[in-house]
Amino acid sequence: MRIVVLLKYVPDITSDRRFEDGRVVRDPAVGSLNELDENAVEAALQLIEAQPEGEHEVVAVTVAPATADIAVRKAYQMGVQRGIRVTDDALAGSDYFGTTAALAAAVRRLGDEQPVDLVITGMAALDGLGSVVPALLAEELGWPQLTLAKTVALDDGALTITREADDAYETLSAPLPAVLSVTDTANSPRYPNFKLIMAARSKAVEEWSAADLGLDPADVGIAAARTVTVEAAPRPPRPELQLVVDKGEGGTALAEFLIRNDLV
Amino acid sequence: MTRPTVLVLLDSPARSVEEVRPAVLELITLGRTLGRVDVVTLGAPSVEVLATLGAYGVELVHQAQLPTSVPEQSYRLTSVLASVLTTAVRRNDADVLLVPSSFAGKEAAAVTAARLGAGLVVDAASLSWGGDGAAPLRIGKRVFGGTWDTVSTVASDPAVVTIRANAVVAEPAEVATSATVEPLPVEVHAPQVTVVERTLKARTIGRPTLEEAAVVVAGGRGTNGDFGPVNELAEALGAAVGATRDVVFEGWFDRYIGQTGVTVAPRLYVGAGISGAPHHRGGMQASQVVVAVNNDPEAPIFEISDFAVVGDLADVLPQAAAVIRAHKESQQAG
Repeated sequence: MRIVVLLKYVPDITSDRRFEDGRVVRDPAVGSLNELDENAVEAALQLIEAQPEGEHEVVAVTVAPATADIAVRKAYQMGVQRGIRVTDDALAGSDYFGTTAALAAAVRRLGDEQPVDLVITGMAALDGLGSVVPALLAEELGWPQLTLAKTVALDDGALTITREADDAYETLSAPLPAVLSVTDTANSPRYPNFKLIMAARSKAVEEWSAADLGLDPADVGIAAARTVTVEAAPRPPRPELQLVVDKGEGGTALAEFLIRNDLV
Repeated sequence: MTRPTVLVLLDSPARSVEEVRPAVLELITLGRTLGRVDVVTLGAPSVEVLATLGAYGVELVHQAQLPTSVPEQSYRLTSVLASVLTTAVRRNDADVLLVPSSFAGKEAAAVTAARLGAGLVVDAASLSWGGDGAAPLRIGKRVFGGTWDTVSTVASDPAVVTIRANAVVAEPAEVATSATVEPLPVEVHAPQVTVVERTLKARTIGRPTLEEAAVVVAGGRGTNGDFGPVNELAEALGAAVGATRDVVFEGWFDRYIGQTGVTVAPRLYVGAGISGAPHHRGGMQASQVVVAVNNDPEAPIFEISDFAVVGDLADVLPQAAAVIRAHKESQQAG
């Protein structure tokens, strides 16, 4: 069995993030593997470990600058065998569709080497919180999508998940190959073990370019972006906090604040 | 451009539609500021639903006709919903497609945009045409956990946008119309995903859902598992109840607000016994007015609050609820 896990390197959510000329600027040193992608790595490792002895592989793929090696190395420490970083100036400024095109091209190239059975992602990246790339990737690959999984079971070549949809609880099933996204309730990511931590230090991250993937620069990056950020400003500061220390009238003060501001 | 057409998804889980959810009314209200609003639905709207849509200025309802090979419980699958939306946009030559920002809505909107080659913005808060009332569409969005406001433009026609609940206050049209239903034949391939089971969540009668509520009361670790005071205030305010992730992991409550849980942006958020960890803040920071009750005067949530009480929530919340109930009664009597 061969599983591709998609990783994203995200800035620490408490670090300074801002816009300059319509592009997000962040401190590249303050970041880590997107926490939810640890659940994706864990799901991949568990599925492989449940397989009978044989040739199995988990490949981590990220589309990012070189700073993202921190994220790939974390996946190595958990037990992923191979890590690939797709890095190209042509990919900078990609929107959902450019990102999806690059990820799909990487999955296809891996599939050309040897069939890929499953792509697993976290349910969202904690920086953008768009949550749409897994669905777009499934559409692009023509594979079924099983997103937002709380539980995952593989039986006889069919993947079955349970999930909490917006208004319902669902059990969904689809044949492989498929795209799976998992929530943070799907599992508890394992702690890296010492042997793997040591091994991960010297393990190389493969680098692929847009050309390696046969990507037309016109289809990715800022050139292909269908949306443009034209204005960005920090939210105006909130009016000064009104703080009341409860000496028996705190609840009344709260209610009066709501009534005064027409919030009741 | 001639008068633009805006298409709104009448998001409904069933074959028949008995109500128009508040989030959809907000989308129609927003859509009217851009042009003519049509609605697309997978279920048959009731007479009452058509009357409501008419009051909101909708003239045309496109009702999808799906092949009988597609079972009803598959209607919410992304591939099926995207086929309906794609067909409706093409048939209607719509300029803007608006979908509520639920997970199902966002996925379907994204795949629809992919099929149409259209630009996509998710979780938007405002919409307007450019300076002279023409394209491109300008889309406002709050990012970085609600700390920055951005405006993006979508140059494609159509533009696909998902809108957060409570982005605007729903208001009927100045002039009511009568809404008529037109069948919309939709071609759908048999979905690759099988819906083995689908159970609708029970809804608390008279209470809004957490995602869509205009008022939210949330409880944290400081409740020590007793949600009685939280529920009491929520009931007085007609609010939805939420919790923090910790609380859900403790098994004290079942739905949490946070980056990986439900994202809320209500008019009023009240956090009780919540310290304000980054995970939770990421899910509620876009709320318009933030009120906090915590016995720790150093609670980080106070940094982003408009009004806060340092005190025991078991005393403060019931007292506030009693004053609010009395206020409502006096207003009704008056």
